[in-house]
Amino acid sequence: MTEALLSKEIPVPRKWVGTPIKAKEFPRLITGQGRYVDDIKIPNMLYAALLRSPYAHAKIKRIDTSKAEKLPGVVAIVTQEDVLKYCKPYPQIVPPPADKLLDYCIAVDKVRFAGEPVAAVAATERAIAEDACELIEVEYEPLPPVMDAEEALKPDAPLVHEEVGTNLVWHEVFDYGDVDKAFAEADKVISLKLHHHRYGGAPTETHAVVADYDKGTGVLTIYCNNQMPMFCMALIGLSFNMPTDKIRIITPDIGGGFGSKILSYTYMMLISILAMKAGRPVKWMEDRRENLASGTHCNEATFYVEAAVKKDGTILGIKAKTLHDVGAYLRYEPVGALLWIQVSSGPYRFKNLRMDVNAIVTNKGPVAPIRGYGRIQHLWMLERTVEQVARQLGLDPIEVKLKNYVRPEEMPYVSPSGATYDSGDYPTALKKALQMINYDEWRRKQPELWRQGRFVGIGAALFQDSGTNNFAQVRLIYKNNPFSGNSRMAEMWMDEFGRIIVAVGSNPHGQCHETVVSQVVADVFGVTPDDVFVVPGFDSWVHGWTGHSGSYASQFAVSGIGAVLGAAKRLREKIATIAAHMLKAKPEDLEFKEGKVCVKGTDRCVAFWQVANLAYRNNLELPEGVEPGLRVIYTWKAPFKLPDLEKKTVNATLTYSYQAHACVVEVDPETGKVKILDYAVVDDCGVPINPHIVEGQVHGSTMNGIAAALFEEYVYSKDTGQLLASTFMDYLFPTALEIPDIKVDHMISPSPFTELGTKGVGEGSLVPLGSIAGAIEDALSPLGVVITDSHNPPERIYRMIKEAQKKRK
Amino acid sequence: MAEKRRIKLTVNGVEMEGEAEPRTLLVHFIRDTLGLTGTHIGCDTGHCGCCTIIMNGVSVKSCMVLAYQAEGADILTIEGLAKDGKLHPIQEAFWENHGLQCGYCTPGQIMSAYFLLSRNPKPTEEEIRRGLEGNYCRCTGYVNIIKSVKAAAEKMSK
Repeated sequence: MTEALLSKEIPVPRKWVGTPIKAKEFPRLITGQGRYVDDIKIPNMLYAALLRSPYAHAKIKRIDTSKAEKLPGVVAIVTQEDVLKYCKPYPQIVPPPADKLLDYCIAVDKVRFAGEPVAAVAATERAIAEDACELIEVEYEPLPPVMDAEEALKPDAPLVHEEVGTNLVWHEVFDYGDVDKAFAEADKVISLKLHHHRYGGAPTETHAVVADYDKGTGVLTIYCNNQMPMFCMALIGLSFNMPTDKIRIITPDIGGGFGSKILSYTYMMLISILAMKAGRPVKWMEDRRENLASGTHCNEATFYVEAAVKKDGTILGIKAKTLHDVGAYLRYEPVGALLWIQVSSGPYRFKNLRMDVNAIVTNKGPVAPIRGYGRIQHLWMLERTVEQVARQLGLDPIEVKLKNYVRPEEMPYVSPSGATYDSGDYPTALKKALQMINYDEWRRKQPELWRQGRFVGIGAALFQDSGTNNFAQVRLIYKNNPFSGNSRMAEMWMDEFGRIIVAVGSNPHGQCHETVVSQVVADVFGVTPDDVFVVPGFDSWVHGWTGHSGSYASQFAVSGIGAVLGAAKRLREKIATIAAHMLKAKPEDLEFKEGKVCVKGTDRCVAFWQVANLAYRNNLELPEGVEPGLRVIYTWKAPFKLPDLEKKTVNATLTYSYQAHACVVEVDPETGKVKILDYAVVDDCGVPINPHIVEGQVHGSTMNGIAAALFEEYVYSKDTGQLLASTFMDYLFPTALEIPDIKVDHMISPSPFTELGTKGVGEGSLVPLGSIAGAIEDALSPLGVVITDSHNPPERIYRMIKEAQKKRK
Repeated sequence: MAEKRRIKLTVNGVEMEGEAEPRTLLVHFIRDTLGLTGTHIGCDTGHCGCCTIIMNGVSVKSCMVLAYQAEGADILTIEGLAKDGKLHPIQEAFWENHGLQCGYCTPGQIMSAYFLLSRNPKPTEEEIRRGLEGNYCRCTGYVNIIKSVKAAAEKMSK
């Protein structure tokens, strides 16, 4: 693990990689000097507010903006008419007929979810823009909303998109191994219906945009907090029919994302239209109610699962029909309905899997690639299934998990879908997590606690956090999709004072890329992280980028660092060539240390600034054939293959971090409230570049999982289609009182597929959804309660307890 | 739109003034009129605590106060905590203990911790959790925030 830190050609000692240095970003953030979108002020700037639909489903009969236009301070109003003038519909990635689906940055002719934008106003003050929204008259003809995926498939269901002709926007069957044989050979078949609920990223900073259209140059500059802006660049260019050289996207500091900020391109466009129409820059800051209502929730999914098993708990095969409720528009979908393919058998080693996958539109807010995107739903389904296998066979769920886990000696392991798990030791990780909560002790005490009427239970789960995705997997949605692979670009230069500057096309929002890049580069050049400046934020005119750039899908430690290492090696090689000439030595006899290049074992050195002087100002002294300047670009490409479209297999992701979680909970039978008594995590993300940052990601994804399992849900009224969790009073964002202390320990299984042995980390796949569901079921096992929903607030548990007690009487 | 009125107050030891409407929230006044953008807005319903400041010695969520109510007030915001380029011990503790990630809620967390420690210099973990209950954080799971406040209390007691 410690050898081969960098490339074989340039072995460099590891000094800073692996060290928990303090984050370089933090001094500005703890002193109030961070710069977020809402902190940007441009002269002559206007402020926007959006008018949103009060209906979940309605025809727009008439929009009258005349009163609003007369309000002093109002400069421009945008409605569907303007949007149709400026925009073409967004391209879709689904096969026909759903490719006909019309989606714009504003509701056109019809509103399809409560909260969909209908008009946008720019005024001299935000308050005036909000006042103007109240003066806009919209006449609606309400239509019945369809609020459930299964209802949406019925022949008489209202159509969300008439142009598609069906609410089923994508359907595909994936068949791996020999599922029929597995079921024929089974001792028992376990059947379950499961439901994975809607929750979301809900970052503390909501969506924000400042759009500035320069009439002189025709350049549209968009300041935003989008976490995947180069994905948006293509959509914006296509929809605006505007050459992308005239679009400049800038992201400053970003206040959290968790995937929800991938979809803000609709707002980036709507505010840009306002700015173009007003002829002035426009700022828009979403308010919290809008943020909750406007979608960017996680995929809601219903599963019909069957598992073929042997009496000893060996899983032979699984069949699952999944119904993904993706909300009113596809936006990033149906990718979320496909991404189970990265973790097809989860941490388990069964070979036979049949997935019948359905993506369905409803009148809820559109979903987004929320942390653990598409994998959590599947991993949670597998975890529930395996636990029910154990319980229905009278076995210990933990024993059944350990029995079915992929074994460390089987790594790298090719899962049924072709996704290759790179490294890891799942059984050891789970056992370690169990030790951290004193598993044996709790199991020993449990019968006595039950006798006392105390419902204490233990749960444990291991989920993978697949990272660095192969975009070619979307060809399994539609073979013509022109995407594949993964890449990142980094630019690096040494200035004439010998300082190293790095620009990477990423949009960090808490992942501290400035810090980890500095650590890696410091090791390559023998300097300290303080000697390396990483250009903060992202600016498409400054930072080199590819169509894959952004901060998403657990990958910076692999793809971003891959690009940084490539650039660092290029720059180092050039510096070494010039220094060798100056020192009259061979490049391979040189070493880099403390801002100098020296002949190994001697005191013959030249300082970086001396080398830079030749490169920048004194180029007649340069060796023959060496180009002046010290500036390089490197584009990293992931080693993927195209999918097998016949077999529907793909190596969908490069690395597999994983987390094993174990917990003890107590359920209050009088209230249904769950209290976490102990919580432990074992994390393995390969070689950590900065353990502080890794641990922070582990804490955060664990909290997200606890929040999802016990607190947060976007509840919609089935009748009216209204979002009932419309403020933080109803959408229960947990506080420091609800989240327990989280014990964390680490294992290191270096990835054989990455240069430093790193793996992407960050999503953590919200393992508490699995561990807490298991612990609640364990606690209530004397009552025989089966957990079938991923959200278990007191009310649901209370009802389950009462029902179970009634049955027993 | 109602008529604007001039508000005078002291912020971070400096006398300041600016115009506000009766409906202007203090947080908007601080950010947009006084130009101190370290105080953030995460919800405007008084839940998230991103806009927490100290007003007349007490922590308040500045989205729950009207600018008019701050007439003559003595206000401390995140920008006023570090003195002469030296970080406040609470800021140091957050940096050293990785008590933040994206940094958006951090000014509010630090101001709440400042108030808590001004009233209770040696809080227990439970008291820290209660003291920060009004400040949401999405990134850290609160683990390193609690650790930071404990470390700050120790630094400040020395």
